[in-house]
Amino acid sequence: MIKHFLNLEWKQYFRSSYWQKNMAINILMVFFALYFIAMFLALGFGLLFIIKETFPDQDPFVMVNGFIFYWIIGDLMMRFFLQKLPVMSVKPLLTLPIKRSTVVNYVLGKSVVSFFNVLPLFAIIPFSIMLIRDGFSTSMVLTWMFTMIILVLITNFLNFIIEAFSAEKELSVLPIISVVGVLFGLNYFGVLPMTTLIGDALMVIANNPILVLIPLAILALCYAFNFKILRSKLFLDSSLKSKVTEVNAADLSWTKRFGDVAPFMQLDLKLIWRNKRTKSMAFLLLIGVLYGLFFYPQPMYREMTFMSAFIGIFSTGFFLINFGQFIPAWDSGYYKLLMSQNIKYEQYLRSKFILMVISVVLLFVLGIPYVYFGYKILIAHFAAAIYNIGVNTHVILWGGSFNRKKIELDKKAAFNYQGTGAVQWLIGIPLMLVPMGLFGLVNWLAGFTAAVALLIVLGITGIVFHKKLMKGITKKYLDSKYKMINAFSQDN
Amino acid sequence: MIYTKNLSKTYNGTTVLNIEELTIPKGQSFGLVGNNGAGKTTYFSLLLDLIQPTTGNITSNGVVVNESEDWKPFTSSFIDESFLIGYLTPEEYFYFIGELRGQNKADVDSLTSKFEDFFNGEIIGKKKYLRDLSKGNQKKAGIVAALIGNPEVIILDEPFANLDPTTQIRLKQIIKDLAEKQGVTVLVSSHDLMHVTDVCERIVVLEKGNVIKDLETNPTTLKELEAHFGSSAIASQEEEEE
Repeated sequence: MIKHFLNLEWKQYFRSSYWQKNMAINILMVFFALYFIAMFLALGFGLLFIIKETFPDQDPFVMVNGFIFYWIIGDLMMRFFLQKLPVMSVKPLLTLPIKRSTVVNYVLGKSVVSFFNVLPLFAIIPFSIMLIRDGFSTSMVLTWMFTMIILVLITNFLNFIIEAFSAEKELSVLPIISVVGVLFGLNYFGVLPMTTLIGDALMVIANNPILVLIPLAILALCYAFNFKILRSKLFLDSSLKSKVTEVNAADLSWTKRFGDVAPFMQLDLKLIWRNKRTKSMAFLLLIGVLYGLFFYPQPMYREMTFMSAFIGIFSTGFFLINFGQFIPAWDSGYYKLLMSQNIKYEQYLRSKFILMVISVVLLFVLGIPYVYFGYKILIAHFAAAIYNIGVNTHVILWGGSFNRKKIELDKKAAFNYQGTGAVQWLIGIPLMLVPMGLFGLVNWLAGFTAAVALLIVLGITGIVFHKKLMKGITKKYLDSKYKMINAFSQDN
Repeated sequence: MIYTKNLSKTYNGTTVLNIEELTIPKGQSFGLVGNNGAGKTTYFSLLLDLIQPTTGNITSNGVVVNESEDWKPFTSSFIDESFLIGYLTPEEYFYFIGELRGQNKADVDSLTSKFEDFFNGEIIGKKKYLRDLSKGNQKKAGIVAALIGNPEVIILDEPFANLDPTTQIRLKQIIKDLAEKQGVTVLVSSHDLMHVTDVCERIVVLEKGNVIKDLETNPTTLKELEAHFGSSAIASQEEEEE
């Protein structure tokens, strides 16, 4: 049976148009994976030396065990955002003579070979080898290694339990935040010293191999719990019964002042607010506002004035970039309708344009408090906002005419690469690097004022030629009409 | 009204549609039948300029559809679910289409109120998104949306599929009224021979992209159609046996 499942998945993966069309992303992913493997290997081999160098009077083994708690917490966080329970299309299997438990065991078993579980091995095993070479007792180190592997698997299954709970919540990050927060808080305020507790436990187990049964039992428990959750979901009615959501209707009559664009703006606002993927994107606005706080509190960045241009472009353009790069793919689900309806393409695009301009202005206004870190920052942000409005909006709309990838709106947002293609990577160059480079160069040659003036002049030029630019962009969209319709009607 | 000349569509060397000449006069209810892959949806897609013709063109009301967009104000259509916007409620969808076609909310309301029977109380005022409706109800919403704004040409691809018997009968009446009383040109495709013969004044049979029959509907049409499709079934059976 497992053989059949593997065969099915192999075909599903390599025959999906996603794979065939997205070589660039796949290569990038492999590259990331190799990078992380290299990092972990370096950590595994080097850790012992580093600790010995820095803390010559401490037992490195004890020290490492003291940090395992933080590893678990960090691992759990990473997994929550990046790792998903492997998906399998079970519907066609349900009516075939296959036991439900086989399917569940297969899905859970498959999650074990995830990259997230393999990666730690690249650190754990070299570190164990180094320990043994350093004269630690072989049996103790091997027991420790085994325990660590079990620990990784426990985190693996624990994460799926947390995810199962978060799937039911509107605020999906709440469960993970509370679990991690409570654990961290207990440790930090000394209520329950998790660091030493886990560290000591690992030491004890390492010295008494028989106690390995305890983490094994925990692992079995986690597995069983996952099994129970999954099995109960494995009935047709849970996938057939569509979740009916209550309509949230807001009064959007204020859009009327934008005239003939109003119906499209209302549609866009509903699009953003009523779909999973776009909704979480709206929350990204918050990140856009707070983005500067990563940099400005550090005097080092405040000295580099060209950084404020970069941060300005990024933070005032956060929504612009995230929303704009998938125009018109957001509407890919009903693109045929739009194309056969009585609409002017230019109105459709102008609605998106106005939305992006509003977001830039809003983000700039919300970012005014950054003046606290120096008035120059505010000026740079202002120039960046003008540049975003005048140039980047048009650039991203133009780039959209190359979009050929469908987006399914009800899929999750974070780390969802659906709809991403080479266009999204390439468009980043004129969008971010060009203004940054120009600003940096002029700033270096002629000073801050000239650099700010340049961005503003470019921005205003864009605003002045708005009508003309839109005409060109509209033509571009019309030219690729048939290609887009064809691409958007294909399933990934 | 709709004039098709030398129209063909070829994908990678395979011709899926080839119509030398076809004229559909104003106010005709026109039925397109044929087996899977006969080219029905391809023809409708060409009529809506969703795909490019390989040769020839279609002229609708004097407008060449793949050269000008002026056919859009008087043409409306429902081809499949991809014509629905899933995250809108049916009302919002009707109003949206209405605004695109220059109708205010009151106009749309007065039109949709005529279809209360047809909706069977399952569409309006339910506070549900279109994506959460059943296939049949989605279809009802899509068909009625295609009637908004007094279009002169209405194109419906497989309108009877997925509908319950009561709704099918009501839909037939709606289509008949449109053509007879309001002079609307209605183009319908279907696999159900009985429905098309009930509704359409004229039926064209497509086979592998070619027009092979062009019939004025009369009491014997259904028999004729059944004989035609039945004989091709027997023919293919015989081929297999040989």
